Amino acid sequence: MPTFVYMTRCDGCGECVDICPSDIMHIDKKLRRAYNIEPNMCWECYSCVKACPHQAIDVRGYADFAPLGHSVRVIRDEEKGTIAWRIKFRNGKKDMELLAPITTKPWGSATPDLSRVPAPSKEMRDSQLLFNEPKYIRMDEGGLHTLESNGLEIKEGVQY
Amino acid sequence: MAYKTIIEDDIDILVVGAGLGGTGAAFEARYWGQDKKIVIAEKANIMRSGAVAQGLYAINCYMGTRFGENNPEDHVRYARIDLMGMVREDLLFDMARHVDSTVHNFEEWGLPIMRDEKKGKFLREGRWQIMIHGESYKPIVAEAAKKSADKVFNRICVTHLLMDESRENRVAGAVGFNVRTGNYHVFKSKTVICGAGGASNIFKPRSVGEGAGRVWYAPWSSGSAYGLMIQAGAKMTQMENRIVLARFKDGYGPVGAYFLHLKTYTQNAYGEEYESKWFPALQEMVGKEYLDPEVSHRTHRPIPTCLRNHAIISEVNAGRGPIHMVTMEAFQDPHLEEIGWHNFLGMTVGQAVLWAATDVDPKYENPELTTSEPYVMGSHATGCGAWCSGPEDVSPPEYFWGYNRMTTVEGLFGAGDAVGGTPHAFSSGSFTEGRLAAKAACKYIDDGKAEGIRVSEAQISRRREEIYKPLETYRVFSNEVVAGTVNPNFINPRQGLDRLQKLMDEYCGGFGVNYMTNDKLLNIGLKKMYILGQDLENVAASDIHELLRAWELKHRFLTSESVFQHTLFRKETRWPGYYYRGDVMKLDDKNWHVLTVSRRDPDTGEYTMEKAPLYHLVGDVEKAPPVEHH
Repeated sequence: MPTFVYMTRCDGCGECVDICPSDIMHIDKKLRRAYNIEPNMCWECYSCVKACPHQAIDVRGYADFAPLGHSVRVIRDEEKGTIAWRIKFRNGKKDMELLAPITTKPWGSATPDLSRVPAPSKEMRDSQLLFNEPKYIRMDEGGLHTLESNGLEIKEGVQY
Repeated sequence: MAYKTIIEDDIDILVVGAGLGGTGAAFEARYWGQDKKIVIAEKANIMRSGAVAQGLYAINCYMGTRFGENNPEDHVRYARIDLMGMVREDLLFDMARHVDSTVHNFEEWGLPIMRDEKKGKFLREGRWQIMIHGESYKPIVAEAAKKSADKVFNRICVTHLLMDESRENRVAGAVGFNVRTGNYHVFKSKTVICGAGGASNIFKPRSVGEGAGRVWYAPWSSGSAYGLMIQAGAKMTQMENRIVLARFKDGYGPVGAYFLHLKTYTQNAYGEEYESKWFPALQEMVGKEYLDPEVSHRTHRPIPTCLRNHAIISEVNAGRGPIHMVTMEAFQDPHLEEIGWHNFLGMTVGQAVLWAATDVDPKYENPELTTSEPYVMGSHATGCGAWCSGPEDVSPPEYFWGYNRMTTVEGLFGAGDAVGGTPHAFSSGSFTEGRLAAKAACKYIDDGKAEGIRVSEAQISRRREEIYKPLETYRVFSNEVVAGTVNPNFINPRQGLDRLQKLMDEYCGGFGVNYMTNDKLLNIGLKKMYILGQDLENVAASDIHELLRAWELKHRFLTSESVFQHTLFRKETRWPGYYYRGDVMKLDDKNWHVLTVSRRDPDTGEYTMEKAPLYHLVGDVEKAPPVEHH
């Protein structure tokens, strides 16, 4: 469902332009505000809705199958690490609020800098192992699964 | 045109397209190449790009080996039967033996993975799936890639790969343009890891008008993985193996959690079970080896996805549609109801919007299902993509040429949708493939395989001219008419896309013909494709945004042409429910228990097709059922 932008809330900051995966949120040159230039290439992914600092962007279901009068709103908060949704039905009978975590760590703090970890040994390079392995790929102390360790052989032909 | 030419030189590893595959490649490359120059070129913004931009509510590929749940070969067996035998078991085994370490990395980075409190392990949705709160899956993974990369170029539409001029069939980088500034970008690189996406929107979608963006796979998945590699002369495999999805109608909301976790099930319009009655005739078509409901009932062997589609398609054709998902039982449990909604909000918000707009409350009404238009990709329940080398310690000679995940073009590697024969990788497996490709690419450089690469000014300026040609076409011809989009000299990208979709739908087995085609239709379709190819030389772009759409269209076209060639080559109906060859309606293991491999000659555009042998590393029967730790 294509996004649209409320005239009185948008200040033309361009956050939506910067994030849209489909390159369809653009700034209108006369009004200096954002709008959806190509609704039929919109995936309703809500990336722009979540990124807008003013909640200026909303979504109206695709005209070819979604009747008017519904609402699905969202606030994503990286500091709190949560996303909060509110879904309202067209007939007003259902009004749901749903909350979910988006991360378990302070935002951006837990990804490693691999240029600073100890460099892999030659033995590691010559093996089939990847970074941080064999941690978590076995239930015991062994190395990587191989054809040999798992008693397999690879052969040509029809096999069901 | 005053667009600048911006050259980024001396790159060791260029990642083209940073979805889950590309971010995996960029991340891992830093470990094996701490002194190497790693650069990402991405069409959108890596924080929200690729198929996972919107988020995911499950990781669909996790072995749980450390919890004693599954071994890699169990997953190979599963993916093989789901794809009716046509997989690269070496690549699948390799992905599966590494994928758990990827998932545990994600958890360490902050991705909320749900736990089974009683058992202490990850909460299972199904045998291979674990449940996550994955709204920020992509930004979390992108942070890791960003830390590893020297530079991230967002908003670069990569149009072509650069080729070495000192040695034939060796990659030398890539070129493209910035979709904001319009500038021409040249990336000279020793290796390229193609993490670009599969193809949505090549077959006519069921949605019309404004809703045309509501495709199952992201509308920005423009088949660039294939477009780029095919143009460079890389061999492709299994491109006929398009996928059709049974999903909630119109919104295409996912059904995995509904089937597996909420235990919902399907029935026809009259409340009847319909699937089993189509199986006897279907068994005649594909053989008992591929469809044996009794065995599937007794063991872990799944009924292949395509065959379940076949039952839906047949039941609807018999006049007993629509097919409904029975949600009214599960949704009486408030906890399951919440999961049902979270599942959409986490990965397909549009389905929630649609139910809100149409007052469909699955607690009181069983929603409709439908089968989608076909998609061409290599990471979900299908395995289209490049013909790649496997790992040294697993692959037989026909599947191995020195470097894991390297295509048949030297120095060009693939990950995710780009790699053929590895279905059921999904997000975690795609990231894992990126990691494998990155390690191999570093080794390729360290082995001295990228020495002496030469790229001439002529190649760079030839590509520049080619890239901007649609703008030039518009400038020259648009004023010949008063106004509007109708011009006798050119078509715009939307018009070209409409023509492509109609053609694919009608001649290559889209939803409009109930997924049916035959040799005659395919040959007519190919003729029309040839003409469309000529007209795409005259595609016009009025601005930089339309230039982006023009190049996406060209990549979609190259993907589609390959799908036509492969579909014509494989003279059997291997995947009823994905597509049918009306002239050869049976599965034919005698002649077609093989992988299809193609190459398009970059100079002439001519296709050559070949059969590649299938190798197997697991038998049909699982040795022991997975151990349950209570």
